[in-house]
Amino acid sequence: MNTESAQVQQPSTPASHIIAVLTGIAMISGFLVVLTSQLTAPFIAENQRIAIEAAVTRVIPGSVSHKEFILSDDGLKPAEKGAEGQRIYAGYDASGKLLGVAAKAAAQGYGGMIYLLYGYDPACECIRGIKVLKMAETPGLGDKIIKDPDFQANFDRLDARLDPSHMALLHPIVTVKHGSKKEAWEVDAISGATISSKAVGKALNRSAQSLLPRLLPLIGELEVAGK
Amino acid sequence: MSRRTDNRITWETFSEGLWKENPVFVMLLGMCPVLAVTNSAINALAMGLATTFVLVASGALVSLLRSFIPKQVRIATYIVIIATFVTMVDYVIQAISLDLYNALGAFIQLIVVNCIILGRAEAYASKHRPLKSIVNALGMGTGFTFALLCLGVVREVLGSGSLFGISLFGDHFQPWVVMVLPAGGFIVLGAWLLLFDWLKQRQALPQEEKAHAG
Repeated sequence: MNTESAQVQQPSTPASHIIAVLTGIAMISGFLVVLTSQLTAPFIAENQRIAIEAAVTRVIPGSVSHKEFILSDDGLKPAEKGAEGQRIYAGYDASGKLLGVAAKAAAQGYGGMIYLLYGYDPACECIRGIKVLKMAETPGLGDKIIKDPDFQANFDRLDARLDPSHMALLHPIVTVKHGSKKEAWEVDAISGATISSKAVGKALNRSAQSLLPRLLPLIGELEVAGK
Repeated sequence: MSRRTDNRITWETFSEGLWKENPVFVMLLGMCPVLAVTNSAINALAMGLATTFVLVASGALVSLLRSFIPKQVRIATYIVIIATFVTMVDYVIQAISLDLYNALGAFIQLIVVNCIILGRAEAYASKHRPLKSIVNALGMGTGFTFALLCLGVVREVLGSGSLFGISLFGDHFQPWVVMVLPAGGFIVLGAWLLLFDWLKQRQALPQEEKAHAG
């Protein structure tokens, strides 16, 4: 075998020495990584909290505070570590009145998954705003979904009423070609960024269709929680 | 190159990474982050600093341990050391700014496989004393950061009409979108390589003439 001849050529290092060195390096490495992780954990958690807070305030206009809940088959629960289900954020004004509910949605865009947060206002049964949390769309084209004012205007009172059976949306949210928006539940696409715009519409539709029928019967609980 | 016995630290130890052996413009190493994250100046700067930190820290540790590491497992050892510092940088960037972390994406973790760093560990840090390795790694890192900034500044100014996020030309400027796309990365890199090669040739010319005359 080749390895045997290679070992003859080199001054042989005992296996115990190799094992000792590798173990030593691995221990130093583990110590450094754990140390950094422990030191930075509070800052990272704080950054994430600030990011979520800013996003919730943006998609629920007028909200000054928010509470996190987990929505599962057993109903609503305050968010705790390890709780299973969909995380939602209820936004309240200064007097504790429920202004809206924010939830996450995602869909496949042009350059990867688009993750966004949207705010639902139970008073008007409509979507009041979206904020893109993470995306990899083409700079200059697809990334206009973040800032383009005309596109963002779609999500001021985007119709999300439920049908009489309360099982699905009365009108599914759809993205239409740039300039052809007529109905309140349609999203006007950005010209040149149709795939990204469609992904946003698809994400909202999918999330609203599954979330709102489960959430609306429990809105009362959220209103009480703010008091 | 200095020989193994030569332990003096000179300006050359630092500066060879800046100019003579610039990792990007001369050795053409680590092209992946060079092309991918230089679409804005701030991304380029952050990536350059992160890489410099990993270069210096791993260079120092490899150099310190160079007489303990058996030849047979040296590459594995270097990679573990490099991966450790990359993970640390990853955490620190998350702690500093989530926006920056999202913008740099997977390229922070990919510093592990940046051949500049493994190359320095193998070719320099494993043969020189810690202080000298640190100075050399610092030079290489500065050279890498400088090269990234060269690309990042040009691409951000032309592609977004801003520099470090500050708008330069006002609203009527139509950004040159191709510059922030991957194709723009290749174009700008090619232009810089052309410029640096031309400068090098101009520098070399008088010396050649002198040699001929002598």
